[in-house]
Amino acid sequence: MAEFETVTHDVLVIGAGGAGLRAAIASVTAGGGLTVGVVCKSLLGKAHTVMAEGGIAASLGNVDDRDNWKVHFSDTMRGGQYLNNWRMAELHAKEAPARVLELEAWGALFDRTPDGRILQRNFGGHKYPRLAHVGDRTGLEMIRTLQDHAIHLGIDVHMECTVLTLLKDGDRVSGAFAYDRERGRFRLFRAKAIVLATGGIGRAFRITSNSWEYTGDGQSLAYQAGAALQDMEFVQFHPTGMVWPPSVRGILVTEGVRGEGGVLRNSEGRRFMFDDVPENYRAQTATDPDEGWRYTQGDKSAKRPPELLTRDHVARCIMREVREGRGSPHGGVYLDIAWIKERLPNAADHIKKKLPSMYHQFKQLADIDITKEAMEVGPTTHYVMGGIRVDGDSQMSTVPGLFAAGECAAGLHGANRLGGNSLSDLLVFGKRAGEHAAAFARDHGAGRVNDAAADDGARRALEPFERQGGEGPYQIQQALQHTMQDLVGIVRREDDMRQALGRIADLRARAQRVTVEGNREYNPGWHTALDLGNLLTIAEAIARSAIERKESRGGHFRDDYPAKDASYSTFNIVIRQGADGSMQLTREPIAPMPDELRTVIAEMG
Amino acid sequence: MATTTVAEKSPAPTAGSPAEAGVRSATFRVWRGDATGGAFRDYTIDVAPGMVVLDAIHQIQAEQANDLAVRWNCKAGKCGSCSAEINGKPRLMCMTRLNDLPLEKPVTVEPMHTFPRIKDLVTDVSWNFRVKKGITKFTPRPPDAPDGTWRMQQSDVDRVQEFRKCIECFLCQDVCHVLREHEKEDEFIGPRFLVYVAALEMHPLDVADRVPELQKSHGIGYCNITKCCTTVCPEGITITDNAIIPLKERVVDEFYDPIGKLVKIFSRKRRS
Ligand SMILES: Cc1cc2nc3c(=O)[nH]c(=O)nc-3n(C[C@H](O)[C@H](O)[C@H](O)COP(=O)(O)OP(=O)(O)OC[C@H]3O[C@@H](n4cnc5c(N)ncnc54)[C@H](O)[C@@H]3O)c2cc1C
Ligand code: SF4
Ligand code: SF4
Ligand code: FES
Repeated sequence: MAEFETVTHDVLVIGAGGAGLRAAIASVTAGGGLTVGVVCKSLLGKAHTVMAEGGIAASLGNVDDRDNWKVHFSDTMRGGQYLNNWRMAELHAKEAPARVLELEAWGALFDRTPDGRILQRNFGGHKYPRLAHVGDRTGLEMIRTLQDHAIHLGIDVHMECTVLTLLKDGDRVSGAFAYDRERGRFRLFRAKAIVLATGGIGRAFRITSNSWEYTGDGQSLAYQAGAALQDMEFVQFHPTGMVWPPSVRGILVTEGVRGEGGVLRNSEGRRFMFDDVPENYRAQTATDPDEGWRYTQGDKSAKRPPELLTRDHVARCIMREVREGRGSPHGGVYLDIAWIKERLPNAADHIKKKLPSMYHQFKQLADIDITKEAMEVGPTTHYVMGGIRVDGDSQMSTVPGLFAAGECAAGLHGANRLGGNSLSDLLVFGKRAGEHAAAFARDHGAGRVNDAAADDGARRALEPFERQGGEGPYQIQQALQHTMQDLVGIVRREDDMRQALGRIADLRARAQRVTVEGNREYNPGWHTALDLGNLLTIAEAIARSAIERKESRGGHFRDDYPAKDASYSTFNIVIRQGADGSMQLTREPIAPMPDELRTVIAEMG
Repeated sequence: MATTTVAEKSPAPTAGSPAEAGVRSATFRVWRGDATGGAFRDYTIDVAPGMVVLDAIHQIQAEQANDLAVRWNCKAGKCGSCSAEINGKPRLMCMTRLNDLPLEKPVTVEPMHTFPRIKDLVTDVSWNFRVKKGITKFTPRPPDAPDGTWRMQQSDVDRVQEFRKCIECFLCQDVCHVLREHEKEDEFIGPRFLVYVAALEMHPLDVADRVPELQKSHGIGYCNITKCCTTVCPEGITITDNAIIPLKERVVDEFYDPIGKLVKIFSRKRRS
């Protein structure tokens, strides 16, 4: 075998966002003196979690004491259209409050209620004000708290290091093969258990709120290692991304704007969200603008405004307005928070205090003062509900010793995620994954690492340098982003998606001939070339699953099957790699929900 | 780029050609090189409305220099990855609009000067991560309520929330002359970590005392309140007035420190 720098940990966590850091903390404090390492593609503290804005969902009941885990559970299940792993939804709703309070004990400073407790705000699909937050920079508070806590626990952090493949010993996982970005040298990790916490897939689409890191690495690594993926057809298009100027298209405008009273209007000035309220949400939705406003101001007798319906629905209503010619000049609709000056004294200061980074983002990037003018917004690719199939309690994938938590895992959110349920997901299941990975590491010795697999990984990674005259990686990445945006986007059709599969196959062939220039040191062209394989794998998984689901539900909308079909409510679409290397789809039945949980859902209405 | 519709159809890939009205070109003078040396190279690109410097760098990377090294994540001023010196000023590339720069002449983009160079715009900022580890960690008082929670008023947390806005871009570290010119990395933690210590010291729940270490190992005495750090902070944190000066006052109260004492008298006067 070629000589690689080798690093050994009992537990290796891949990813340093909220899920990865929480998992690492859990593993290192699990007892038994385990050694824990964390690898991440960027510097510590820069993972996607830092960008989260609106808040963390947990039924603390500080603002409305009617809230409790049962309401949170049933809100999550309704939002997910009952395809959720109900066990995960139950654990999440029960454990989120403790995980948020733990952050406070580690130094997080959330906004406060008048009686000095953690303040909570309204968000789409949550019945009561439930999101603990710090203005609109909650993710920064969360990642910094976890990071600053973790650095004193003796965890080894390998920054700017990217995992290329997982290594196995028989069925179980035994290590990971990676390169460091700075020097471009390979590194071999040996580990008894591995937690994947690599986040999402947004870079597969052209318009996205996601950074360069979101290339579906974890999902693809797990798939290549033989693990099952599920629900890959469910991608969340957030209704409100920036649309103008072109260079900021897709950057997120937090749902918190609507939670604070912001309203959506079309070019005719109409609040079009009142025009189409789905049947199953009608009883919970305000009947007129005044009631909606009272809800956002904490009136407990009022119902929520239709702007706070689930994201999939709001995104489709915006698309409809634009398609029918009632959009804004740059192809979005208007999101107006400035109007609250009609209702509140000092509205401008209030907006700046509640939404400081939105105020700056628009002021600096779009020359818009949101305290005076409406914003132009439209849908942007934001989150993937699908991902690695895991056991609800332990977060172990179908590969022994391989765990997954956070956005790269599937189950909690079903067909659609509620805002704020991701940050709580990271904490609850990051902790569980870390603990169970530690237990696995204690119970199992080290596996053997297959040298040939590492050599093979190195050889393949270096091929783009050796080839001459091929295409550059950016062109292929852009072509894939256009394909997915155009053909497997918010509105899907079978013929489009079949065409997408054809293009993905062509792009895969092109990716095999990709050429990079320069040397191995900090070479983004090379890094982009290495990411292509992962992007193509998850793009194919999304397209195939979306073809298979011949109905519309949650984040998945089929123009050719616009209605929900009850026969599709009983299974998840699961993907595995077949013996011949091809992608195999199966329909796996959802386990029946226990009576207690059934009763909870019935009670909550 | 589709600018007339958010519909999911977009025109065929055109590798970044700006279909906007008012297209013009601009030249970027980008430092290319590594730890052993380098030089500025000029790249001319078409610019579209609303572009920021990071967009220009990405366009150069996609079309002319695939291996141009740059860090970024959020593209919205939230992660603090894209720090550089633009026309000589320490700034975030993603928050620097081209229409705020004179485009008649080349825009220079170079890595932060204070940190060792790795490649092109990427520097070795690992020193910052080591410094943080050396600061006494958050140590809360026992919980206030039987359920293990605390009570804090918004007015008590406001001050510390300002410090906790820090995105760790390290632009303040880059501009501080104690690090940039005098290279006191071994003796001075720099403005970013003075803000961090202030956030801990003024945290309503924290009970640890970091004043001795401020004086001895963190080198607060090196700061002579030039306020350059405050000027460059993209988060608008009033680093000197709100964090460093109050810390210096605490040090004066525990130790004797001539500069700090003057500061204290001065700031007291100003307040009265
Ligand atoms: C703009 C924005 C706002 C949001 N606001 C909210 C909100 O208000 N509330 C909410 O609940 N959710 C919100 N979300 C969603 C939420 O932030 C994310 O889903 C969540 O942070 C994902 O966390 P994670 O720990 O799973 O992954 P991340 O935080 O993305 O971390 C992934 C980590 O994995 C590493 N990694 C990836 N691939 C590899 C590899 N191959 N090798 C090594 N390391 C790798 C990365 O470097 C990174 O460290 C928001 C998302 C965005 C984009
Ligand atoms: S005020 Fe102090 S810390 Fe800030 S730049 Fe000047 S000397 Fe450095
Ligand atoms: S204090 Fe300001 S300039 Fe310094 S690292 Fe933090 S955000 Fe950047
Ligand atoms: S890319 Fe995040 S601050 Fe610029």
